[in-house]
Amino acid sequence: MTNAVVVEGLVKRFGENTALGGVDLTVSEGTVLGLLGPNGAGKTTVVRILSTLLRPDAGRAEVNGLDVLTQGDRVRATIGLTGQYAAVDEYLTGQENLEMVGRLYRLGGKEARLRAGELLERFELADAAHRPAKTYSGGMRRRLDIAASLIARPRVLFLDEPTTGLDPRSRLGMWEFIADLVSDGTTILLTTQYLEEADRLADRMVVIDKGEVIARGTADELKAQVGGERLELTVSSSAQLSAAAEALRPLAQGEPHRDEQTRRLSLPVTGGTETLAEGLRRLAGTDVRVLDIGLRRPDLDDVFLTLTGHAAEESAAEAGADAAPTAVSAGASR
Amino acid sequence: MTTLAETVSDSVTITRRNLIKVKRVPDLIVFATLSPIMFVLLFRYVFGSAIPIEGISYAEFLLPGIFAQTVVFGSTITGASLADDLQKGLIDRFRSLPMARSAVLVGRTVADLGLNVLTIVVMALTGLVVGWRIHSSVGEALAGFLILLLFAFAISWVMALVGLLVRTPEVVNNASFIVIFPLTFIANTFVPTDNFPTVLKTIADWNPVSAVVQAARELFGNTAPSLETSNAWPMQHPVPYVLAWVVVLLVVFVPLSVWAYLRTASR
Repeated sequence: MTNAVVVEGLVKRFGENTALGGVDLTVSEGTVLGLLGPNGAGKTTVVRILSTLLRPDAGRAEVNGLDVLTQGDRVRATIGLTGQYAAVDEYLTGQENLEMVGRLYRLGGKEARLRAGELLERFELADAAHRPAKTYSGGMRRRLDIAASLIARPRVLFLDEPTTGLDPRSRLGMWEFIADLVSDGTTILLTTQYLEEADRLADRMVVIDKGEVIARGTADELKAQVGGERLELTVSSSAQLSAAAEALRPLAQGEPHRDEQTRRLSLPVTGGTETLAEGLRRLAGTDVRVLDIGLRRPDLDDVFLTLTGHAAEESAAEAGADAAPTAVSAGASR
Repeated sequence: MTTLAETVSDSVTITRRNLIKVKRVPDLIVFATLSPIMFVLLFRYVFGSAIPIEGISYAEFLLPGIFAQTVVFGSTITGASLADDLQKGLIDRFRSLPMARSAVLVGRTVADLGLNVLTIVVMALTGLVVGWRIHSSVGEALAGFLILLLFAFAISWVMALVGLLVRTPEVVNNASFIVIFPLTFIANTFVPTDNFPTVLKTIADWNPVSAVVQAARELFGNTAPSLETSNAWPMQHPVPYVLAWVVVLLVVFVPLSVWAYLRTASR
């Protein structure tokens, strides 16, 4: 399979701060790569270099076989970019926004108008087509933004955190639209902080933290790195977390993860339901009150926690200050 | 490479986009039309009642000056709008498109030129009502308006660079106010400069805004034999002096602004 995106040894510094410390990745044509990482990990910097907005300090990047540094014009003609905030002109209507972008992709007036109509229909914006984008909800603006990046049928699409800030319902809707694009054969590089999003949309994933790739593979491969199952329980008060952790420690394959706020405890285990029964027996001998207990297959939250020592949705600053296993919740995406 | 035709076509697309905004934002129309009317009336009757000008009515003396001040202030919109586009991520979008690299800035400055044309028409009509008259030929009068607009267009490109570097619309507005207010007041805009202290008079004589005003006064016929003109070279040759400024500003600031545009990105 040919690679639509090739990135080798990408380095970018902003003053003292190294945003990317030598990132390598590839995206095969017609597939979705999920670029995962917490805030400040360098995801947006990768996207900006690939879409020719930033020049790297070292390394090489190709999109559709074109060098982003020396063939910028031709790269721009074959890509679509949806940035972190919806870059739509709020004074133009949906139709006018799309027509403008279409003309700037040099589609010609008539073709731009036709494509704009098609995309407004497809993204369920036809009713709002002639209203200024100012009147749109957050979800509608994002959809208009994605529609704008699709107007010239790009072969590669960069989606930078397409659902950040959306309510859960709009997020689900957005996932359906993105899944549709994939079935059309568009190559997508998607950045996200939401592991569930990557799990749902991406064929392969690259996890970066502090500008370095820390893991890559399919969702299953990454989960396999974490291994086994999770025994998870919720106790009636956070003060009981330590007692519960002590009682269950002999069963755990690694360090138990405590979350004070949700009063949850999570331990990597093996042995299935027998381990669950054994866990219950051990807890019965303590005064821990268990509200909820169960076995769970590891998800990408666990992957992130295992790889980095902190949860995916913490900000980089928090992660630096609080790298202890008693970290903050990893569960906000559920 | 982008051809000239493509650059023109992209610039037209961007200009149209910017003008749609003018149409849809009532505040902008109000700013562009009502405030010039207010300024003409205020200066005409407040200053005009106290400042006698030898051989000519204050309205005739004032209008070329207030035209110049208003279009120079109008050019600050260029910087504020670009900073706004930058903040909202629109510049990122434009920079990711296969469009001409100068089109966003050309479309911006041309749209702001259009806004200045509208402002000048409104002010000229108000001026006619309060006693301003053109005493020259149609050709000279048009040349007068043209020189005002050309200078404003050049200042727009300076403001484009400021907007791309400063990145916050509010800061662009405040910063340009601090520069443009003295620039348009230490000049022959509202009062004759004869009685200025020596230092201020020298500044006023060489201030390009003074030359714009002097050129407009001459081209509209708003001068009188009894009205003394400074002997400084720019005041004796205002048209070539203004044109030289326009050329220099464009030669310096068009490439600088495009350079800044190609290197900027939202944060």
